[in-house]
Amino acid sequence: MKRYSAFSLLRNALSHNRNWRPAWRSPAPKKSYDAIVVGGGGHGLATAYYLAKEHGISNVAVLEKGWIGGGNTGRNTTIVRSNYLWTEAALLYEKSMKLWEGLSQDLNYNVMFSQRGVYNLAHSLQDMRDIERRVNANRLNGIDAEVVSASELGKAIPYLNVSPDARYPILGASLQRRGGVARHDAVAWGFARAADALGVDIIEQCEVTGIEVKNGKAVGVLTTRGSIASDRIGVVVAGHASVLAKMAGLRLPIESHPLQAFVSEPIKPVLDTVVMSGAVHGYISQSDKGELVVGAGIDSYNGYGQRGSFPVIEHAMQAIIELFPIFSRVRMLRLWGGIVDVAPDACPILSKTPVEGLYFNCGWGTGGFKATPGSGWVFAHTMARDEAHELNAPFSLERFTTGALVDEHGAAAVAH
Amino acid sequence: MLLIECPWCGPRAETEFSYGGEAGITRPRDPDALSDAEWADYLFCRSNPRGNHRELWNHAHGCRRWFGVERDTVTYRISRSFELYPAAVPETDAALQSGPDNSNGGD
Ligand SMILES: Cc1cc2nc3c(=O)[nH]c(=O)nc-3n(C[C@H](O)[C@H](O)[C@H](O)COP(=O)(O)OP(=O)(O)OC[C@H]3O[C@@H](n4cnc5c(N)ncnc54)[C@H](O)[C@@H]3O)c2cc1C
Repeated sequence: MKRYSAFSLLRNALSHNRNWRPAWRSPAPKKSYDAIVVGGGGHGLATAYYLAKEHGISNVAVLEKGWIGGGNTGRNTTIVRSNYLWTEAALLYEKSMKLWEGLSQDLNYNVMFSQRGVYNLAHSLQDMRDIERRVNANRLNGIDAEVVSASELGKAIPYLNVSPDARYPILGASLQRRGGVARHDAVAWGFARAADALGVDIIEQCEVTGIEVKNGKAVGVLTTRGSIASDRIGVVVAGHASVLAKMAGLRLPIESHPLQAFVSEPIKPVLDTVVMSGAVHGYISQSDKGELVVGAGIDSYNGYGQRGSFPVIEHAMQAIIELFPIFSRVRMLRLWGGIVDVAPDACPILSKTPVEGLYFNCGWGTGGFKATPGSGWVFAHTMARDEAHELNAPFSLERFTTGALVDEHGAAAVAH
Repeated sequence: MLLIECPWCGPRAETEFSYGGEAGITRPRDPDALSDAEWADYLFCRSNPRGNHRELWNHAHGCRRWFGVERDTVTYRISRSFELYPAAVPETDAALQSGPDNSNGGD
């Protein structure tokens, strides 16, 4: 791998940018690998990277049916935070936050991680109580968190409507200053490039159509580019988790839903932080290009169509205008959907399965982008050692049988 | 937006309805007789198919009755709506007709 640096920029500029090398190879699939990762989103690519980097397993293939990062990774609103209520979740997301903080250096790829702060607004007394409880819980877990009053909010975010006459008056917020956003594509590309440099084969346009199981053990996968053997298979396909599980004869506590987002035309800098509201249900930040990036809630019905219904968009837009009346005449440019994999307790599944050598990483639902590095890190550990790391042990499939759910659904600030 | 056919009120906009998830899941008659894994499967696991899906909808802002819909989860095309009570289920609906207690399918 040719390292990127200010010097390499200058050198390539002098040769009119004609000598840049592709960031990763496009190898043909081999007959067999020490490990296969199905799904080339951020989580799958991070898994492959940490398998090679932390566990010395570099004879690995990442099989992606489309192009890497074309799933939820490239479709999300990129909010990163770790202020979850329950200790199990908080520690998992905080592991990820720590990795984010050094990720650009580690990957030698600028993932544009910007710790611009994340505010979660409160619109009722109960919201305020929940926020105070969560902020205290976060601090006990060593995670930065503050309670902010409405008047402080008004100063920090000039165009936020903190008037007591608002339809849903804002009473205050929680603030995680280390939270922020990152560049979604760069996360996929950075992990792909770094994994490739360690010997991982990234194979795009390769859809897994079957999982081969013999005597209760995974032995390989069938793909649109032939069959590939491996006795260690990690499935990281987000909204398609149930489809892959069925190939191995398993059923998951997962339902797939459309989740939509949209961006405005680029405007001048107006919002330098991330604002989320669970009560009116909208969240917003401004991209480096100047677009307002707005996310909606899930469509209630099951869907694999990467699109949802318009009333959901309208609802999210109403929320944003309620919070920021100044945006009422900004034009929206693009709208899209992803397929999110929702678990009953709104927490991920990072787990071994009843099939030996077959592992599932799914259930991140509406909020897994923030977890990309940490998810890959613990999942690589799980695949390499055939046992969960203590950080993901609470997120096994067995929790649905034992009843030890990690109920972030009502407890987290909002779905993201 | 989906155009959903309520068996009693006719075709109406999606916003009049609320979604009730997969159809045909019946509460086991004797939960104590089940293993933890079987109970977990009933409570949490769903078929979540890519393609044809039988699901429950409630006409929340209309007649407030539950009914079933068959819908493709990729194209979102609705092929038909049906009443949940066995008498009204077409002969071919073996999945819904079997099971011990399907008269409660809409709960
Ligand atoms: C609109 C929207 C907004 C969101 N906002 C946020 C946010 O602000 N913050 C946050 O933390 N999270 C957010 N999320 C959630 C986040 O995007 C996801 O949890 C996360 O990106 C999942 O990453 P992944 O790598 O697991 O999945 P994906 O990126 O979806 O990757 C899965 C890959 O598997 C591939 N695949 C599927 N089937 C097969 C097969 N049979 N064979 C081979 N490959 C296959 C797919 O093509 C896909 O590329 C949002 C999601 C959406 C849709």
